Formats: sequence, C-alpha cells, structure tokens
Amino acid sequence: MQIGIFTVGDVTTDPTTGRTPTENERIKATIAIAKKAEEVGLDVFATGEHHNPPFIASAPTTTLSFIAAQTERLILSTATTLITTTDPVLIAENYAKLQHLSDGRVDLMLGRGNTGPVYPWFGKDIRDGIPLAIENYHLLHRLWREDVVDWEGKYRTPLQGFTSTPRPLDGVPPFVWHGSIRSPEIAEQAAYYGDGFFANHIFWPKEHTERMVSLYRRRFEHYGHGSADQAVVGLGGQVFMRKNSQDAVAEFRPYFDNAPVYGHGPSLEDFTAQTPLTVGSPQQVIERTLGFREYVGDYQRQLFLMDHAGLPLQTVLEQLDILGEEVVPVLRREFAALKPAHVPDAPTHASLVAAAGGPTTSTTHATDEVTGRTVEENR
Amino acid sequence: MSTRTIAVVTAGLSQPSSTRLLADRLAEATDRALRLYDERTELVVVDLRELAHDVTDHLLTGFPSPRLADALDTVAKADGVIAVTPVFSASYSGLFKSFFDVLEDGALEGKPVLVAATAGTARHSLVLEFAMRPLFSYLRAVVVPTAVFGATEDFGSNAAGVLSERVERAARELAGLVVSDRSGTSVDPFENPTPFEELFSAR
Repeated sequence: MQIGIFTVGDVTTDPTTGRTPTENERIKATIAIAKKAEEVGLDVFATGEHHNPPFIASAPTTTLSFIAAQTERLILSTATTLITTTDPVLIAENYAKLQHLSDGRVDLMLGRGNTGPVYPWFGKDIRDGIPLAIENYHLLHRLWREDVVDWEGKYRTPLQGFTSTPRPLDGVPPFVWHGSIRSPEIAEQAAYYGDGFFANHIFWPKEHTERMVSLYRRRFEHYGHGSADQAVVGLGGQVFMRKNSQDAVAEFRPYFDNAPVYGHGPSLEDFTAQTPLTVGSPQQVIERTLGFREYVGDYQRQLFLMDHAGLPLQTVLEQLDILGEEVVPVLRREFAALKPAHVPDAPTHASLVAAAGGPTTSTTHATDEVTGRTVEENR
Repeated sequence: MSTRTIAVVTAGLSQPSSTRLLADRLAEATDRALRLYDERTELVVVDLRELAHDVTDHLLTGFPSPRLADALDTVAKADGVIAVTPVFSASYSGLFKSFFDVLEDGALEGKPVLVAATAGTARHSLVLEFAMRPLFSYLRAVVVPTAVFGATEDFGSNAAGVLSERVERAARELAGLVVSDRSGTSVDPFENPTPFEELFSAR
C-alpha cells in the first residue's frame, strides 16, 4: 500500500486569524509539505493543476521537479493533470523529463477539470470533456510508446513524423491513473488501457466511489488485464487529527465551516457522516481508513488531503507528523495483513521496468518498435 | 391490477398550508381516477419544507443528504408527479425551483407531471403557464393540459369552473398519461457502460 498526500494548492484565508497567505508563501509551503511527507515516511506527494485564482497549482512539473531535487524516495504525482485542456504533446514531454530528473519517481493522474472558463481559455469546450479526455490520452499513450508518431485527431493540429523528447526513462512510460468522481466513461477508459483508477472519494458520499470502482474492476477484467480484484485502485481521504478527538473537532471546525467547496453548508457532523472526512483521534482515522477496503476491495494507493481550507503551514506539518508516526505504520501493517497474495502492489518505475524485461535505452536514433523506422528514415 | 406510484411534491411553507391542501386534493383525485383504470395508487408526499436545509446543502456540496436522496429517488422512480408550489414574487418559490435544480438530469424525462400553484389572488394564475409549464418542458416531462391554480377565494366558491372540477379534470388527465406511459426505464450507465471502442469512435 502506497500512502501519501495530495493538494489542490488553494490560497485560502485562515478563518481564525483573517490572514491570507501570499502566493509566494503558499508555493513555498507546498514544497515544505512535500519534504515533510518524505521525512515522516510517506510514499507519495501529488499536486493538483489549476489555472485560475485562488490557486497556485499551475505549472505542476516545475513544482514537482523542484521537490524531486530535494527528496530521495518520494513518488511525485498529480491530482490531477488536466488531460482535456493541456496539449498531450506537452504532457508527454514534461512528465518524461521529470521521469529522467527524478530517476523514475513519477506517475500521474489524469482528470478533466470542472472549472468552466478554463476550457475556453485553452481553446476548448467543457461539453467536449469526455471526448477530449479520450482522444488526448490516446495520443499521449502513443507518444510515450512509439518513437515516431503520425497523428490526426479532432482536437489538435495533426502530427507528421513527430518524436516526443525525451523518450521515457528506460523505455517505460510513467504509470497513469485516471480520476473521476462519477463519469462511467472514465472508469471504462482506465479499464480499457489497464491503467489505474483513482477515486477522489473526498467531499462526496462513498456510494459514488463504490459504483465507479466496481465498474472499473469489472471492465478491467473484461479487457483481459487480470481479475477484477487485481485492478489498480487509489482513493482520496481527508482527515484532521489530535490526540483527543474533541480537540480535533474544536480546532478544525472553523476551517470546516468556512472551507471552499463545502463551507457554509452542512454541519461538520453531517459531512463527517456522509463523506470520508474524519476529524478525531489517530485511532479513529485508522479505523475509518481501514474500512474503505470494505467497499472498494483491496486497493493500492491512499492519498490524504491535509493542507486546504486555510490551515496554517505549522498545523499541516504537525498533522503530517501524526500521520507518519501514529497512523501510517498501522495502516501499512493492517492493509498488508489483509491483502491476498495475488493482488498486486501499485506499479512503480522499478516494477514496470522489470515487467518490461529490463530497461531499453531509447534514443531518437533507435528503430521504432512499432513502425520499424528511425527518425532519420522518417525525414 | 398494478400499483402506480405518484410522487406529490409540495412546496408550501405554512402549517397548515393551502399548497399542501391543494396537493392532497389532487393526489386523492388522481387515486380515484386511477381506480377507474383498475390501478392501485401509491402516493408518496415529498414536503419540501422538511428538506429545505438539505436542498441548500446539496446546492453547496453537490450531493444529497440521505433523506434528500430518498426524496429525489422517489420522484425519479415515480410513474407520475404532482408538483405544487405557492406563488412567490410572480413565480414558483425558490425552494420549489431549488429542489428541481438538484434533481438528476433526465430524472423527469417522459414522465407525466401535473402542475399546480396557489396564491392569495387569481391574478397570479398565469404563473402556471409562463413559469411552471416551461420549467417542466425544459426537464422533458410530459405536462398534463390542465394546470390547476388555487387562489384563496377558490376555497370558498362554487361558481362555474370551481376548483374541484379543475382538480378532477387534471387528475383524470394525469391518470390517463400514467396508464398509457410507454417510456420504460432508462439504461443504467454503470450496469451497461458504453464500450471504449464506441467512446473512441464517437468523439
């Protein structure tokens, strides 16, 4: 089980002090949080992507490569990479480059994005969200696997004899997760390719996650990638912890009540009952999190949202200490004891290279395995 | 003989409420009309006053509380709907509209709906034609020809076109649509997902 954190990079006023961090403070805090994640023994740090205020989550590979340079083990991921509005050629290039710089410590999660105006800013239409995700990923998938690509689609300029550089590290593309809250088409897409499926899980009742994961698992088996219980599933989670649960509730309540997304709506108690949010003691978080597998099956990755709603950096770092010291070791042990042997772990660069029969040194001069041509021949 | 479920959505706020009173009369008349077709009726009342906070929370969070989910499910699965609102500021009430705003897309598609409204004065009666009917047309419901308006004065009148006659006529129309409904059930995209090859070629 990989356990980590994910952030959306929101710049939110701390409701208890009225102070709003500057963009610079929030950007630097994100780096501090990622480094802390490695320090306390977490496996994954994932950043969202937003192109509008109040977020600082644009340019995700810049953030991730800066973190990569200051960490040793942490897997760097996204939550999510906008496959609809980002040119798949740039995604192919940016994440392959990050793979090389981080020695393979990178995977990514693709999402469509739900902010209407972002689509026209990038020349797209939100009503084409699903077809954009289908077509763009198809191109991305090819760019990482074929050295020379001829391409014609509906949503971008055609490509003739295009080689995306750098080629993926060791000839193995980054593992891809597809994220969606409630679109069956995306579960179907993840299953078709045998990629991972990530359910955001937070802010929504578990029934959505249950339904999506169940569909993904069934279709994963249908497409011949393995049995349904061998499909690769990740879940989000949202927690706030203190030694005494009453202290956690009292401290988190003003952040909850004023939070973006769900603030000024249901009570903390209702929201905790209706969504996976857990506010309480480390033991309560352990029990709730272990309960997730009862409705999604044995899964491979658990990411927690820890740093939103204006929580000060110091508080977030304390939360990560509690997570690393008191929660994660127990979760790892318990999940491992419950997982049957035939259920795989989440793919890593090392496991993907091994599965491919070892690294291949792919350069732009090599013969393309699919087309049988070299770049030179193609010109 | 089969059982037809009629969801009665009422947005009256006071206790007792003339909106609820009209809703009950329409429900009883629909029950009687369905009996003529040898059908049993199950009436399920969705009183929006009890769900007002839940509806607002849904607007803010994007998902329904368990009891609002039950109410939305009741409406989505009903064979017919009776929808009654008080007139507020020349239209349906905000609560009434919000409930239909959070109903899943397509939930009313092809579904017979009887629309009705109440107000202090009959001068508001065209609300049914310029607000209620277009709303349900947009939601792709089949709205019965007779929309029923109950002004305060109607509750003490036996003049021509009295309220009870309009109630009976609208109920007969709803019952007729309910028993002749051939729209069938929609496909569950989780049970029957569109295969990837189709998604790919349809883009």
